[in-house]
Amino acid sequence: MRFRPSDIAIAGMLALSAALVAMFLHATFSSDYNLTKRADLVRQLGLSDLALFTEARYTRHPSQADLHSAFQDHPMSFDYFPSGSLIAPPIQNFSRPAPPIGADETGE
Amino acid sequence: MANLFARQRYLMDFTINSMRRRSGRNLVLFTVYCLIIFILASVMLFGQSIRQEAKALLVNAPEATVQQMVMGRHDLISGDRVAELQSIRGVRHAEGRLWGYYFDPINGANYTIMVPSAENTAHQLQPGQTILGPGVVANRELVRGTHLFLLADYGEIFRLKIKEKLDTESALVSADLVLLSEPDFRKFFRLPDNVYTDIALSIRNEREIATIVGKIGNQIPGSRVVTRDDILRTYATIFSWREGLLLALLGASIVAFVIFAFDKAAGLSGEERREIGILKAIGWDTSDVLAMKFWEGALVSAGAFLLGVLLAYLHVFFFQAGLLEQVLKGWSVIYPDFQLRAQIDLLQIVTLAFFTVVPYTAATIVPIWRTAVTDPDAVMR
Repeated sequence: MRFRPSDIAIAGMLALSAALVAMFLHATFSSDYNLTKRADLVRQLGLSDLALFTEARYTRHPSQADLHSAFQDHPMSFDYFPSGSLIAPPIQNFSRPAPPIGADETGE
Repeated sequence: MANLFARQRYLMDFTINSMRRRSGRNLVLFTVYCLIIFILASVMLFGQSIRQEAKALLVNAPEATVQQMVMGRHDLISGDRVAELQSIRGVRHAEGRLWGYYFDPINGANYTIMVPSAENTAHQLQPGQTILGPGVVANRELVRGTHLFLLADYGEIFRLKIKEKLDTESALVSADLVLLSEPDFRKFFRLPDNVYTDIALSIRNEREIATIVGKIGNQIPGSRVVTRDDILRTYATIFSWREGLLLALLGASIVAFVIFAFDKAAGLSGEERREIGILKAIGWDTSDVLAMKFWEGALVSAGAFLLGVLLAYLHVFFFQAGLLEQVLKGWSVIYPDFQLRAQIDLLQIVTLAFFTVVPYTAATIVPIWRTAVTDPDAVMR
């Protein structure tokens, strides 16, 4: 039996679509690779960051780094670690308005 | 209906045969298209699942961490502050934490050295003992697999017996961890007794955090409080930038692809124009020509899109995003070996499809329509 080009194309597209559906199914039922264990470790040790970039302290713990850590060597020096160009400064950490002085001294 | 289907199949046959006559060009186009979708989808899938992972993990981070700042830099905080913080209404528990960094001259890696909390019964250590993260174990030669030797900056060598190696499945949060007992930590870094790196707070009611942060600001001048929300927000935005950078790197290839598509859109080759002219001359309608070219665009773009997304999925979730690893690793010696939970955001996939398949199909249809409505005689001339 001789296949027409459109048969092959339709079969190919159907196969790719089926694979896409399989991909969604796989994602739905995929393992979380012991997320609970990792979460427990985070709780027990009080960890605050992912160990993704271990090259500099402010990339290892971006959430804990101070504002100036990327420019620590000289006021005019730019960051020289590659991750520094990948990570945005945690702006939200510094945008909280300062509490009014003395406002909370008497308690809630 | 059957007639319509048969008609479209004949048009498809004709299109595929026509594409085969320009197989080299179409193959290059398909490959470039597929590669761009692959890289974009890889970055999107990786970013999405690592954000989800960070969110699921760091929701267990301390509710608030108090740091001492001096001249804009993180400084040690006095142990006296622990009691002060503990006395703030709403604070359930305050605990001084000891952690720091160590550059290992032997392998050029940076470790995070940490003392487990007194309440952490699972990781209690005696002086002379250590617990190591999987990245340290993998990158450092351990003496007989049982001891780690660390050189302090004043020349003393610390011989530490390895009590436990943290599970490799926890590498994403613990790859570079070296846990020490408090006396060892203070001796190793020559720290005075009553200072800590920072103070972790557990807070009874999450809604009181903002008030408590305000009180701490008044009570401890020069302090900075990092709340759990801050940490989560940091990780919610951090990988958007990462994606942004990768997208910027991709800019050149995307521009090249746009030029390619625009070239196709701006004008047809003489051969294609002649082909359309002949088809019109032998009686094809404009709609037939458009349908034929629609199939060409649809087969290339939908095929490249589906294949690109599938390959990206395999790359990220079966091959641990190996191609992105080099970008993420930077100058790090220790990079965690981790598996991400497969996650797909349908909206992201639809967005990617919308911004790639639709423009390409439109770019192929418009010039065809312009040629197809012209008089065949003029087209063939």
